[in-house]
Amino acid sequence: MTTQVSPKREVGYLSELLQQRPSLDVQAIGAETVAWLQEIRDRSTPIVRELAIPTTRDEEWRFTDLSSLLKVNFAAAKPTSPLPDISSLVLPEAAASRLVFVNGFYAPELSSVAGIPEGVFAGNLWANEIPRWRDYLAKLPGGQEVFSALNTASLTDAAVVWIPKNRSLEVPIHLLFVSTAGELPTVSQPRCLVVAESGSAVTVIEEYAVCPHPQPLSHRRGGQEYAAYLTNAVTEIWVGENAQVTHARMQREGEEAFHVGKTAIAQARHSRYTCCAVSLGAKVSRHNLEIFQTGEGTETILNALTKIAGEQLADTHSTIALNHPYGTARQVHKCIVGDRAHAVFNGKILVPKPAQLTDAGQLSRTLLLSPKARVDTKPQLEITADNVKCAHGATVSQLETDEIFYLQSRGLDADSARNLLINAFATEIVDRIPIASLRQTISQIVRSNPIS
Amino acid sequence: MMTEGSEVILSVRDLTAEVDGTPILKGMSLEIKAGEIHAIMGPNGSGKSTFSKVLAGHPAYEVTGGEVIFQGQNLLEMEPEERARSGVFLAFQYPLEIPGVSNLDFLRVAYNSRRKHQGLEELDAFDFDELIQEKLDVVKMDSAFLSRSVNEGFSGGEKKRNEILQMAILEPKLAILDETDSGLDIDALKIVANGVNQLANPENAMLVITHYQRLLNYIIPDRVHVMANGRIITSGTKELALELEARGYDWLLEAETAEVAV
Repeated sequence: MTTQVSPKREVGYLSELLQQRPSLDVQAIGAETVAWLQEIRDRSTPIVRELAIPTTRDEEWRFTDLSSLLKVNFAAAKPTSPLPDISSLVLPEAAASRLVFVNGFYAPELSSVAGIPEGVFAGNLWANEIPRWRDYLAKLPGGQEVFSALNTASLTDAAVVWIPKNRSLEVPIHLLFVSTAGELPTVSQPRCLVVAESGSAVTVIEEYAVCPHPQPLSHRRGGQEYAAYLTNAVTEIWVGENAQVTHARMQREGEEAFHVGKTAIAQARHSRYTCCAVSLGAKVSRHNLEIFQTGEGTETILNALTKIAGEQLADTHSTIALNHPYGTARQVHKCIVGDRAHAVFNGKILVPKPAQLTDAGQLSRTLLLSPKARVDTKPQLEITADNVKCAHGATVSQLETDEIFYLQSRGLDADSARNLLINAFATEIVDRIPIASLRQTISQIVRSNPIS
Repeated sequence: MMTEGSEVILSVRDLTAEVDGTPILKGMSLEIKAGEIHAIMGPNGSGKSTFSKVLAGHPAYEVTGGEVIFQGQNLLEMEPEERARSGVFLAFQYPLEIPGVSNLDFLRVAYNSRRKHQGLEELDAFDFDELIQEKLDVVKMDSAFLSRSVNEGFSGGEKKRNEILQMAILEPKLAILDETDSGLDIDALKIVANGVNQLANPENAMLVITHYQRLLNYIIPDRVHVMANGRIITSGTKELALELEARGYDWLLEAETAEVAV
């Protein structure tokens, strides 16, 4: 890595963001929890102070320009009253196993945990369970990365899911983070912790969405309904030995949003982690997905679909860090890019010497819908083990005239033909969304959102 | 079957067309009536496939002159999908693969767009399923094909049978078969030809484009046309196809050249 002199703005901006962290209220949270959170914050704060908002001169941010972020001065989001109407975001499958956070604040009134069986925990961090969380929260590698460090240094609350040993949870758990973009730019920093103990199984839906502000805006100017907002999320998932976590991550932020999200996963021996990440919203979004293998024989399945248009930028950086033998990884990353939008994919798979007999495959496929649409895709396999099977591939394609003509010659008009082909491209990933109602919603969004 | 006084389905007069500025069709004329099966034969590069694509409305071909009247309508003014909905069907020489779209959904969407055009109610999945089971017999296709993606991983013969299945569903007024026999073994050829014969009736017309006479043993044409250099140089009965098989195209091409030279 190169050392570089950061311009003042990137440094000053980060400390301004840090200043926006909510204060820890002893009365609401309890002295013991506050002390613990303060301890976690204090570990990360010095890291943040040494860092700056990355620029395109940083290798990891080469294609993702955050200069538009630096133009916005964000204030800390405040608890919202009245609460927004989230009925359109409710998943029937998780109607009684849902945690809702509004602008980063836990909203028990909108949450429902009636369907969570005894022994399983789903709730916010302030419940008195600290001893067992202590070893997991903010303990995954990668916490020094600037946005993760900022999130940790600002840690106030979190959505926590805990599945005890050998317990297979039938109901999916919906972690819904709603932003009600208002008149002023605000920042919120959601946090999730999922611990699946050995032999357990759970399906978690992590969703970021925008909801109309419950109170109408008084000054709507230039047709712009919402001010910008920044979501800086971190999710840590611990998959115990022989445990299974099925994870759907839906990013449906508003048009003016900046979204930075980290998903860090520790996979113990013989565990299975399946992810389906869908990115549709935000003006600028970045998803960092990091898998750390802590035992042999793990299975990792990563599916992702990004569909963007207009001036959107969506970046996914994934890392599968193997370090033990007999691991299997399957990754399919698909992007549909319209207008002048820009997709970025960097897929790292690390296969060091101890990871013998790894079987890894990565495929990146992009469909460009307009001549101005752009993708930067880069597989990055670093292999030093000598007895492994690793394959990767990348394709970039357009809708072919002949394909559209074939459909037209069967009676479909050109727009329907295009939509059918776009939908067909997305289907491979959409079909893998683990919840039927969500599958339908996403399929409708992909279909009903024609990009010219 | 040729009968006097049948409705004219397709009338092509002095049609010229080019692709990327290169003229391909140079004065094509043809008339097909209801109940008739016509065959167009000709050497490679004579413009046979171009003609079929121009009729279906492929955007890569630019019509530079002449007219095409389909059941009284100016076909050239219609979008490809309007042509399809009005009853023009092109069975592709190389059917495209559409991963991610099930054959069943594709057939239903196509069928319903035709129904809608005819002012009929669209069929739901359940009713359509009944219809399709019946049509599968026409091309002896297993219903397992319906759940697979359109043409994906299909053999050459399966793709062609799938084209005929689409034709059976859409019941076109004018079916154009573009080298449907190419690359087929004899069993697949018989199945495809048999399917076409079942679909031919006094109300519709078929235009069979082929390089080989072999197909015409199974689909008996009323008229055989020979294309060369972008137009029809001679027409005759099914015996013309046999003669071409025996003598090749050269004698005709020589005669044509001689004629031009005069």
